[in-house]
Amino acid sequence: MAGMTKQGIGSILAKQGILIAFAIFMIGFALANQRFIAIDNISGVIRSSAILGVMALGVTFVVIGGNFDLSVGSMMSFSTIVVLDLHDKLGPALAIPAMFAMTMALGAFIGFLVGYMKLNSLIVTLGMLSAIHGLTLTWSGGKNMDIADKAGTWFSIFGQGRILGVPVPILIFLGLAIILGIVLARTPFGRKVYAVGGNGQAATFSGIPRARIVFLTYVLSAFCVAVAGLLQASRSLGSQNTVGQGMELQVLAAVILGGASLMGGSGTIFKTVIGVLILGFIQNGLLLMGLAFYVQYVVTWGIIILAVWLDVAAKRGRLWSPTA
Amino acid sequence: MTRARYRDALKHGAIWAFILVELAFFSIAGEYLSVSDKAFMDFDNMLLLLKQSAPIGIIALGMTIIMINGNIDLSVGATYALSAIVLLDSMTWPALQAMGDWAIPLAWGLALMTGAVLGAINGLIVWKTGVDAFIVTLGSMLGYRGLVFMINGEQPTSHLNWTLVDFAEAQFLGLHTATWFLLLTALALWLMMTRTVHGRNAYAIGNNREAAVNAGIRVGPHMMWNFVLIGFLAALSAVVFYSESGSVNPNDGMLFELWAVTAVVLGGTKLTGGYGSIISTLGGVIAIQLLRKGLGHIGAATETVNLVIGLILIAVLLLDRQLNRKGKEELKI
Amino acid sequence: MTGIIPVLRLEGIVKTFPGVRALDDVSFSVLPGEVHALMGENGAGKSTLMKVLGGIHQPDEGQILIGEEPTVMTSPMQAKAKGVVFIHQELSLADELSVAENIFLGELPLKRFGRVDWQKLYADTDAILNTLNVGFDARTRVGDLSIANQQMVEIGRALTVDPRAVIFDEPTASLTDAEKVVLFKVIADLQAKGVGIIYISHRMEEIFRITDRITVLRDGQYRGTLTTSQTNEDEVTQLMIGRSLDLSRNTSHHALGDVALEVRGLGCGALFQDVSFALRQGEVLGFYGLVGAGRTEIAETLFGLRTPSAGQILLNGEAVRISSPIDAIRHGISLVPEDRKNQGLVLGMNCRDNMTLPQVDDLTAGPFVSDGAEIAIFDQYRDKLDIRTPGWRQIVGNLSGGNQQKIVIGKWLSMRPQVLIVDEPTRGIDVGSKSEIHNLIRALAAQGYAVIVISSEMPEVLHVSDRIIAMFAGRVMREFTSDEVTEDNLIQAISGIGDGKVMKEPVSGQMHG
Repeated sequence: MAGMTKQGIGSILAKQGILIAFAIFMIGFALANQRFIAIDNISGVIRSSAILGVMALGVTFVVIGGNFDLSVGSMMSFSTIVVLDLHDKLGPALAIPAMFAMTMALGAFIGFLVGYMKLNSLIVTLGMLSAIHGLTLTWSGGKNMDIADKAGTWFSIFGQGRILGVPVPILIFLGLAIILGIVLARTPFGRKVYAVGGNGQAATFSGIPRARIVFLTYVLSAFCVAVAGLLQASRSLGSQNTVGQGMELQVLAAVILGGASLMGGSGTIFKTVIGVLILGFIQNGLLLMGLAFYVQYVVTWGIIILAVWLDVAAKRGRLWSPTA
Repeated sequence: MTRARYRDALKHGAIWAFILVELAFFSIAGEYLSVSDKAFMDFDNMLLLLKQSAPIGIIALGMTIIMINGNIDLSVGATYALSAIVLLDSMTWPALQAMGDWAIPLAWGLALMTGAVLGAINGLIVWKTGVDAFIVTLGSMLGYRGLVFMINGEQPTSHLNWTLVDFAEAQFLGLHTATWFLLLTALALWLMMTRTVHGRNAYAIGNNREAAVNAGIRVGPHMMWNFVLIGFLAALSAVVFYSESGSVNPNDGMLFELWAVTAVVLGGTKLTGGYGSIISTLGGVIAIQLLRKGLGHIGAATETVNLVIGLILIAVLLLDRQLNRKGKEELKI
Repeated sequence: MTGIIPVLRLEGIVKTFPGVRALDDVSFSVLPGEVHALMGENGAGKSTLMKVLGGIHQPDEGQILIGEEPTVMTSPMQAKAKGVVFIHQELSLADELSVAENIFLGELPLKRFGRVDWQKLYADTDAILNTLNVGFDARTRVGDLSIANQQMVEIGRALTVDPRAVIFDEPTASLTDAEKVVLFKVIADLQAKGVGIIYISHRMEEIFRITDRITVLRDGQYRGTLTTSQTNEDEVTQLMIGRSLDLSRNTSHHALGDVALEVRGLGCGALFQDVSFALRQGEVLGFYGLVGAGRTEIAETLFGLRTPSAGQILLNGEAVRISSPIDAIRHGISLVPEDRKNQGLVLGMNCRDNMTLPQVDDLTAGPFVSDGAEIAIFDQYRDKLDIRTPGWRQIVGNLSGGNQQKIVIGKWLSMRPQVLIVDEPTRGIDVGSKSEIHNLIRALAAQGYAVIVISSEMPEVLHVSDRIIAMFAGRVMREFTSDEVTEDNLIQAISGIGDGKVMKEPVSGQMHG
């Protein structure tokens, strides 16, 4: 690498720091526990990350478009409860499209408020987190929701089935990732999402319908949430009405880990998938080490701060903030 | 000038007008719908309402300062839970048990210190790394919750100290202990924000950070102090509440950040910082508690409270936007 | 200069950044009671010099003397304590706070327990406001003041100490003429007290009106100090750019085509009223007026960014309704906005994507964006406009101002517009690129484009326009052909004295609303 300056190495370190840390982490785990890198373990990690991953795909669009979505966790609870309830009332063939329609209507509502009414996305989705939670509780009457005939429904195929030996959730997650990755990178819509998030005003001055683009990112995000809800419901065939609680944080962590800027305008689907897998493997690694779920909370905290810090530090060219 | 005055009056008065509307609505609706034959505006009921406002209220007052300063703290719920655990757990330590009732102030002190330290960690990270407070506290909301489980395990911790319960349930001049804590906190913070240099600088930083920096105001320490303060207040809130209840569940305090932010926004504090008032937040807190109680009073399911709170938060944003519109001439961007 | 001790002296200041010698041996001094202009093109080193003076950068060589005492500057606050005060171009006020709190920002008087001493604060502020002779009081919320009065608050800040030198950085950028008069009065008062003043501005007429001496920087080097009364604009310009900029009157006249755009009685609330004009193919129509005269707002209305409250827009003789930029673009109207960084470009995107942004829907192969079609357009306009960039992948934020502006122009030219509106075509662009952009605008007209140019620089308007519309306070004052326009009648028109109509403008006092 002739001509590579010290600065160049520094910025690569800053940019790829999380990947390098991840690699060290993986090797460490692999050395500590051979099972960690077994094929079935890796496949298990991807499978258990699928629900989180599908949601992260949608949120990636929202974040690149320059906004937040904190309502995805509570929205996922909603779609899970709704599809389980309707499964017994309408049958799975009607329950699934009905659930998708309702979830996407919620997304459209948020998109309307943030896109067309130009409200602060942070507070709107924080409010919707609560409102949708209330909606779910009202729907379920505060009770858990279960499918009556768990053995006799084909509904379980989404969460538990296999095609050619590959678990369906993995196929759905990776398939959706490829499709949305192409949409984001290769279509006019994707380009406009980057433009709107990069500089909304300049996008407007270039004749891009900013409000509509923002609206669509939220509808898309809600679609992904509906898919996640379907996977969740189909996997367990019964659920508490708080099943998605706190997932908005994990989703955001995955997107940030992938390197999408929270300022909007940058990030890719591929990177988000990496972010999801990093989180999944860390969770799995800690589990294999016999540590409880809450240790993962603390580790995730550290990772989020570190990832964003490195990102910010790379942009300003110094590690510590110059704030007096 | 007159328009500016009018707008200011509207902003300050709106929350109290909203409270009056709520009182009228629930009183009248309660006549027809209520399952109890007690009037909604019963004096004891109102006293109880103030008392029940205290836990969220004390946190929301701190959140006001954080938001005026231009930041946000999403970790208050977890800080609250962790402080509560320290409070109850420490009283079961042999060393403290040996001290009899003297364990109480010590346990309080430990709990309050826990909150302040957690706040300081947030503040220090925000200051030194330059990462947005939203991200930092979003992370610590998860991290501190993890600490709660690590210290406490997954089962509730209980410890009832009857001296403490008596104190918490006492009434002085008709008001409950918790109410006194809420009001005194509000008074202290109001004085701080309107009378002291620290308070005025917090406004300046939230209003125009660059100007504050250029004027030689040290932004970092001010932010740091405010984070310590809100951590302390989250702990104070826990101390006030758990002295009486005596039992903490590791999931306690979840969504507190949402309630607190809602109360602050209802009170008219600007999301972008630089504008807001402690007294209006107190109004926001009371309005939310009225709503919770009122919905129960008219027989609505408790589940609907979350729904209503979320929608009200959004409605306030919409209203604020309509009030701040410049009219038809506005640039459509 | 013997005998008089300068209030401020810079000696041999050198400041280098990696790869750039930003300041190269700069020396000059400011005498007590003197207004000393500091001039130079963008990038000449003025702002670096000010940062050195304010202690934000430390000089590599040389020293700063306040009076006779060599001083190491560490921060703007320390400079202020030494009596060297800055008044910034961009107002840095906290608009939710009172006038008093802003003037004493960071230095609020204290009582015990960290309390603010309000009595002292208001008394001290009122004393300062008295010397400035303004019509508002210490308790007024800054956000309720007019821009000019906010500037007075900014100046008030300088007076919390006994200043020895005050540096004004482009203070008149957003002031009306009447407001300028008030500002110049304040400067004269400071002068009379023996304060030395550094006055940074691009506006020649102001420089020649109020300064005593002019120091010129070019490419970080000291180019000389002139005595204002013994020099002229040409000499200063020569010194600034090393040659004279061709800003001769536009003389090229080619045949004009049909009327492309006609506007009848267009108005938008209080922003502008009753604006009518017609624009032919092949014509450059200049809009000249002060900031706030409503020029940019007309452009934004034509581009669908504002809703007109009255009037008609006709394209090729047909009335059209334009309610969004999308409508405008469909009708062939394009806008190169004045704020390039915030409105013109997505700075984090690459050159190609920026250029093809408005037409990305049409550059597709199946559902996908066609790389080939995009690159073809980029290559075509890079060559046509001579955009200097290593390649289309270059992030736009890394280009020079001139090349950025060409990307914006290319963006719209590639859409083949009927009407091209260019707002402040050369703002923040270096001299060399300036004339390139001017030539480009003339060339576009020659090719038959109908062009509107909005500018605050009179030489620029005179240089590129076939016709000029002078605006004042939201109204068209007069329309000139290039034959009849003179600098004098143009200035009169934009000051509200053209056509015998005299417009009243509030001098000071509080804005309503």
